[in-house]
Amino acid sequence: MQVDPSVVTAIAELAQLQLEEEDLQENIDSMSNILALVDQMQSVDTSAIEPMANPLDAVQTLRPDEVTEPDRREAFQSIAPATEAGFYLVPKVIE
Amino acid sequence: MHTKSITELLAALQGGEFSAHELTSHFLDRIRSLDPHYNSFITLLEEDALQAAFRSDQRRAKGEAPLLSGIPIVHKDIFCTQGIRTTCGSRMLHDFIAPYDATVVEKLNQAGVIVLGKSNMDEFAMGSSNETSHYGNVHNPWDLERVPGGSSGGSAVAVAARLCAAATGTDTGGSIRQPASLCGITGLKPTYGRISRWGMVAYASSLDQAGSLTRSAEDAALMLSVMAGHDPRDSTSIAAHVPHYTAELDSEVKGLRIGLCREYFEDGLDASVAACVQEGIAELEKLGATISEVSLANIKHAIPAYYVIAPAECSANLSRFDGVRYGYRCDDPDSLEDLYKRSRSEGFGREVKRRIMVGTFALSAGYYDAYYRKAQQIRRLIKNDFSSAFDSVDILVGPTAPAPAFKIGEKSEDQIAMYLQDIFTIACNLAGLPAASIPVGFVDGLPVGMQLIGNYLDEATILRVAHQFQLQTDWHGRVPATAA
Repeated sequence: MQVDPSVVTAIAELAQLQLEEEDLQENIDSMSNILALVDQMQSVDTSAIEPMANPLDAVQTLRPDEVTEPDRREAFQSIAPATEAGFYLVPKVIE
Repeated sequence: MHTKSITELLAALQGGEFSAHELTSHFLDRIRSLDPHYNSFITLLEEDALQAAFRSDQRRAKGEAPLLSGIPIVHKDIFCTQGIRTTCGSRMLHDFIAPYDATVVEKLNQAGVIVLGKSNMDEFAMGSSNETSHYGNVHNPWDLERVPGGSSGGSAVAVAARLCAAATGTDTGGSIRQPASLCGITGLKPTYGRISRWGMVAYASSLDQAGSLTRSAEDAALMLSVMAGHDPRDSTSIAAHVPHYTAELDSEVKGLRIGLCREYFEDGLDASVAACVQEGIAELEKLGATISEVSLANIKHAIPAYYVIAPAECSANLSRFDGVRYGYRCDDPDSLEDLYKRSRSEGFGREVKRRIMVGTFALSAGYYDAYYRKAQQIRRLIKNDFSSAFDSVDILVGPTAPAPAFKIGEKSEDQIAMYLQDIFTIACNLAGLPAASIPVGFVDGLPVGMQLIGNYLDEATILRVAHQFQLQTDWHGRVPATAA
């Protein structure tokens, strides 16, 4: 599959990655190469095959709805780039 | 000291031949003098290790010596270590100090190991040559101009160069087995879910599995005894009995049914590597194993399916890195969107961004069925092929990597050639099967690995076959000249 520039730009937006103009072509080429590789899958007949998400077909385990982890808010916030009064700081969103 | 196996080290420590402090100092001396050639460490923990060794000796004197007491090991820098930085080979986590230990780290600590440091790796475990690390290339001890393989390249080199007794690693598409093969050591990727993923930085969650890199199968059995087991904090970890791996090593191989996967010896395999592996198989036949050919017809679709599933899961897992809660944050963001985009674009390297892009594409509206769903269907076909094969054989044997170690820079500009490095290892991750790589010979002075693939939860058979093979051969005992 040949990827066109608008697809790459839209995907970068979805992935929240900044794409510089000079990197556009490299991204088009690398995505096209990988998609050409994975498109080999399309020749396989999988019409009656159930998709496999877990090798042992395990299902999500459940546990009683009880608090098991201690509150470690300070430890977790101590590794954040910017916090204040127990909040994570980000640039102003609402004027 | 540094050439002894874990079993020999434990006996020497118990017999008072040397102390854990002396042993740790010896490995630290070797790291200081030799690692500048290899760059296998991201973080070295000299003081912490010496203090831990001192405490280990005190405990042993009081009669307290858990299974791996005083054994110096290295953790791949993907495992969270409380109070010690965990970079995952990325600029994104350059200053990240985890507030907790991974289950693997916790279990090994409880078993008494001494952690010498955190090893270099491909960024977020995405690579097969260790060239995507933010912390520089790692050099293969058998030829410093060549790659060690990846992504657990630093762990493989630290073990091969005798800078530690053993190391942890992770394997999503071959990241334990391929570097083990290229560095001439024993690498074990257990069954998916056998070892907890809790505290292991996630790449592709349905494929990621922790394991070990060691000098021998016997050492791998010891490591697995400690690392394996159910963990309620990882919902995909398996609640199954953990066998006594070391006790099962001594059963003979006679009568064992070995399957050769025909497709593994067709396209893409270097002829001299094939010859080494055939000799290894002949050795197993001499031990009384019976050999038959099996076919895994869908295995050729493993790489295409992997390069949908792994990037898709990576794009979801790595969305957590947003410059807000932890990890790299760009300077002076002018808006929230600018904060997200620049933190991610500056914090991640090229290969990681490539995989995020492909994964985002595969999961985006209109493409999901054609890519992700299709890949998951192929995954089942591959699993079914293996299941049929295991109806008639006990273990599968073949090559680990298509060729010996290549030169640094040789494939770094050709992503598809790099991806094909994992052509023989990836299918086991898609199927969730356990597999190991053991040294089986040399080609032009470079080590070659043989892959052993077992049935679900049957690591014991892999380890037994590997151990019996290693009792007859000395490939695993060879030390590279640069580390002599």
